[in-house]
Amino acid sequence: MIRELQANQIGETVARLCVEANCFLPRDVQARIVQSREAEPWAPAREILERIEENYHIAAERPQPICQDTGVACVFLEIGQDVHISGDLREAVDAGVRKGYAEGYLRKSVVRDPLDRVNTGDNTPAMLYTELVPGDRVKITVAPKGFGSENMSQIKMLKPSDGLQGVKDFVVKVVEEAGPNPCPPIVVGVGVGGTFDKAAYLAKKALMRPLDQRNPQPFYAALEQELLEKINALGVGPQGFGGQTTALAVNIEQYPTHIAGLPVAVNINCHVTRHKTEVL
Amino acid sequence: MAIKITAPLSREEARKLRSGDSCLISGVIYTARDAAHKRLCELVAQGKPLPMDIRDAVIYYVGPTPAREGQAIGSAGPTTSYRMDAYSPTLIAMGETGMIGKGKRGPEVIAAMKEHGAVYFGAIGGCGALLSKCVKKAEVIAYEDLGAEAIRRLEVEDFPVVVVIDSEGNNLYETGRQSYLNSK
Repeated sequence: MIRELQANQIGETVARLCVEANCFLPRDVQARIVQSREAEPWAPAREILERIEENYHIAAERPQPICQDTGVACVFLEIGQDVHISGDLREAVDAGVRKGYAEGYLRKSVVRDPLDRVNTGDNTPAMLYTELVPGDRVKITVAPKGFGSENMSQIKMLKPSDGLQGVKDFVVKVVEEAGPNPCPPIVVGVGVGGTFDKAAYLAKKALMRPLDQRNPQPFYAALEQELLEKINALGVGPQGFGGQTTALAVNIEQYPTHIAGLPVAVNINCHVTRHKTEVL
Repeated sequence: MAIKITAPLSREEARKLRSGDSCLISGVIYTARDAAHKRLCELVAQGKPLPMDIRDAVIYYVGPTPAREGQAIGSAGPTTSYRMDAYSPTLIAMGETGMIGKGKRGPEVIAAMKEHGAVYFGAIGGCGALLSKCVKKAEVIAYEDLGAEAIRRLEVEDFPVVVVIDSEGNNLYETGRQSYLNSK
């Protein structure tokens, strides 16, 4: 049975999720910030984490955006193969972003061309990713992505001989080079394997996973924990003023790759790691 | 205890501030990000006047969200400062005494700060809702076409910042991290 869905139903949902994601920090991110403050041995760092908590509470109460960089709207659609969508999906998603960013008093941060740099004025187009999955549902995730942290992300085509150590060294190097720039404490999304583009996509998808969920494979779950400890031993700390809490979590997604390659992408997100999901 | 300072900020006052000092800024500051800095420096290159008095000025690197009815400004936290590094030495030479942002600065900016007497303040990145409460009035004074990136004149009260780099080049990003690591 094919299930019918109107493109504008998806657009309306996108509009609402843009606003909610920008004003309400996910519970799992809040919980990690609180836990990190409680475990933080450095007093100046604790004070900054307190301000960060105060900020997301104010944002939720008013409500108003947690951060002025309300991001480029990354929209992930997992479309069940038994769904038929009537109407122009691309246009409906952009209409949703346009509506959400206008009605939610969100900042319009997208330029129409990377070189002529004229603002589109409505935060469109969205960065739209679609994936076909079994079933008759559409899962919609909106993740506004700020660029202070996006700019600190890196990708590297390692050699197979670089191995596990090469991956660890690269991830830690990227975080250390970023230092105070991406608004630590950060969330580190890592994509390992695939191709050049696939690794980057996996790193971005890794940022969507709740911070209290480890990689289902024990090997990668242990690697996430080890990398988090290594990063938090750097001493960068909240805002880069020193301390233990440089990262809140490291999330890794892996994928098969070519015999000749070991792509690694590191996508950094700030402490305002936002995403909101709904299923239609 | 936080040091209360007033903006505009004289060179003399700027030189007294030390890396690591917590400050509360009250007075008038200006917003400018990438696009506005580019235009300001083009005006300087053409020998034309700037849209604000740059002498003793404090510039805040921010592109706020739109204000709701009854608000002076929307969320308004700092943006990453290194993108302004290409332009800051020109403005510092013309009289800018304070910059508010977050993240590292390049050696050419620090050299200009030492030469002329200017400070680099850090505000907490990602705390735009909290910081917006310290902005009492906001008015676009130039480049309205840039939207969030327009130059705004802000009246602020007890706006919380930390001196990251002082006019002698001392840098809290280096000393803060080192102090923490030494404490372990």
